[in-house]
Amino acid sequence: MNPPTEAAEPISGSEILIRSLIAEGVDTMFGYPGGAIMPVFDALYDHKDEIRHVLVRHEQGAVHAAQGYARVSDKVGVALVTSGPGATNAITGITDAMMDSTPLVVISGQVISSLLGTDAFQEADVIGVTQPITKWVYQIRRVEDIAWAVSRAFYIAASGRPGPVVLDIAKDAQVNKCVYNYQKTTFLRSYQPVPEVEEDEIRKAAGLINSAKKPLALVGQGVLLGKAEEELRSFLEKADIPFASTILGLSAMPTDHHLNMGMLGMHGNVAPNMKTNECDVLIAIGMRFDDRVTGNLKTYAKQAKVIHFDIDLAEINKNVKTAVRVVGDAKQTLPMVTRLLDKQSHSEWLSEFKPYEQKEYDCIIKNELYPESGEIKMGEVVNKITEATHHSAVCVTDVGQHQMISTRYFKFTQSRSIVTSGGLGTMGFGLPAGIGAKYGAPDRTICIFVGDGGLQMTIQEFGTIMEYGVDVKIILLNNNYLGMVRQWQELFFDERYSETHLKNPDFIKIADAYNIRGRKVSKREELDDAIDEMLEHQGAYLLEVVVETKGMVYPMVPAGGTVTNIMLGNGYTL
Amino acid sequence: MKEENTLYTITIFSENTVGVLNQITTIFTRRQLNIETLSVSPSAIKGIHKFTITTFSDDEEVMKKLVRLIDKRVDILKAYYNTNEDLVHQELALYKLSTEKVLEHGSIEYLVRKYNVRILEVSRDCVVFLKAGHYEETQGLFDELAESIGVLQFVRSGRIAITKSKVERLSDMLAKREQLNQEKLES
Repeated sequence: MNPPTEAAEPISGSEILIRSLIAEGVDTMFGYPGGAIMPVFDALYDHKDEIRHVLVRHEQGAVHAAQGYARVSDKVGVALVTSGPGATNAITGITDAMMDSTPLVVISGQVISSLLGTDAFQEADVIGVTQPITKWVYQIRRVEDIAWAVSRAFYIAASGRPGPVVLDIAKDAQVNKCVYNYQKTTFLRSYQPVPEVEEDEIRKAAGLINSAKKPLALVGQGVLLGKAEEELRSFLEKADIPFASTILGLSAMPTDHHLNMGMLGMHGNVAPNMKTNECDVLIAIGMRFDDRVTGNLKTYAKQAKVIHFDIDLAEINKNVKTAVRVVGDAKQTLPMVTRLLDKQSHSEWLSEFKPYEQKEYDCIIKNELYPESGEIKMGEVVNKITEATHHSAVCVTDVGQHQMISTRYFKFTQSRSIVTSGGLGTMGFGLPAGIGAKYGAPDRTICIFVGDGGLQMTIQEFGTIMEYGVDVKIILLNNNYLGMVRQWQELFFDERYSETHLKNPDFIKIADAYNIRGRKVSKREELDDAIDEMLEHQGAYLLEVVVETKGMVYPMVPAGGTVTNIMLGNGYTL
Repeated sequence: MKEENTLYTITIFSENTVGVLNQITTIFTRRQLNIETLSVSPSAIKGIHKFTITTFSDDEEVMKKLVRLIDKRVDILKAYYNTNEDLVHQELALYKLSTEKVLEHGSIEYLVRKYNVRILEVSRDCVVFLKAGHYEETQGLFDELAESIGVLQFVRSGRIAITKSKVERLSDMLAKREQLNQEKLES
């Protein structure tokens, strides 16, 4: 694509906006028109061959779709919405992207600049509302600022620790004309995306790792965002360091790698959680010690010397006191440390994980994945699907019990294969994010795991799937409950099931109305056949599986509890 | 570690764009910190504004995290904190008094000398005093005037401050960043 960089004739702000997006390599965006953004949609009409616009059914869906697109593709996701309610409907997605460091540019229309601040029709204070939930936000009131602001927006969204940027464009700026002149931004004096590497800390980190007897690495999304998967592998393998992933760090390394000890956190694996409080050196790489990972900070890894690799200085010492800080881009800093590492073998330490793995398998996994009788379990569905797709599909989830089960049991063989709402925990995320993921990775199988609660929060996006024939496989794990809340009610609120039971519609009929093929399975014997049918079907498919009504997700570290104080359920104890 | 409540002074340099103050105050709000004083003005470098904010905290760690979160914002150039020992700091206060009461009082010379007061305005109705100093000094004068004469209006500015210790000058930091960028472009 070779857009003209200069047009001698003045052109409209909308035309400038579209050309600027093309100059940034945008070929897909997700949006919804409305009064204050109409000039932009009008300009888009002339550029259908260059930019594909996906018309969603609600602005929240546009932003989640842009997130899904960005997460699988390593490109900036773009959403286009109108002023007022259009912009406020986008807020949940923008906040979600901020929490999960997803690069987005969200463009919202705004009332004409002379009406700003007058409570004009469909006016909302988008700048005021979005400032705390974005990496950067700018209100464009003059046509001359459009190209400049778009250029900055893309630079800021994608560089350093990525995040969402909002551009709020007054309608008169969209209509007025000026000469188009686009210059890519590569530097802002007030913004240092990647902090300078500190050689001293690199040496200290290597020294500490070389002297460690029981090292443990925690892998976060920073590895994926920094495209440092190979650098991570060399680092871990050279010093023989076992590791576990945060929920967003999944798929940075293959599930079956011999050093992979699983997932961290509240519903993570027993072994890495236990070993967090036994290791002598804890190496955090591109992760932020979220409370769902650490539990009670007062009892978290107190015996360990902590090395923290991060691109964001504000994360260092935020939650956990570090002995060594390795700031910078992991793609650059990991090899610098690896070079100084001794080749090591920690076979004895590695073998210490085994009894916990066995215990977790015996008490939880075996019955979750291979039950012989009773209601269908969420885990067995996830396991069958990851096997049927040869562990090569993209796992998209909504939020709740099915999310924890999916991330626990889905297996990964390639990077950028997990799309889930980690930090914000946004129900309704899954379906639109899965649509976006299909556009971002059109050649891959997209499996969207949803619950009956979350699906109904953004179910209107069935319309988007129908309109564009988006080939996504939707696996509805239906327990007729808001399952995770119900689980907490059972455990912590004396089984007082307040407002968590759902009377659900016939989901297959709804899918049918949208021309989406569907099948409901409530018998274990039908499951394999239904999964085969789903994967063989060309196009979108809804597989509704009636699962255990009162299933529980174990293991579980209760919120705020010590990371080694793990509930196994069913009367089992560690 | 809980310490005694200490007054911290936070210095921030920012680009002169709309909404920067909102970005800063949001971070104070999220950390549940009250702003005691606030002073904003153009800095020595054209286009860059300087904020001086004071706030109480019993935990220096909170201050470290606060300035990092502020510094992280795209429009912020630099943010750091100091305690009073590191600073030469000053506030201004204006006091409006009734001329009649001042004349009745009779010992204005004593107050003017004691507090190093400047008299800005004398009219038939009012006299306006200016006092520069630390909080305790401007408050001391207020207390004394309030008791002996009565104060019709009173206003105190936010703190302005300069560090005694050697800190990297903003202009040097900017020059370094420009240079690094230049090197990056050339390589």
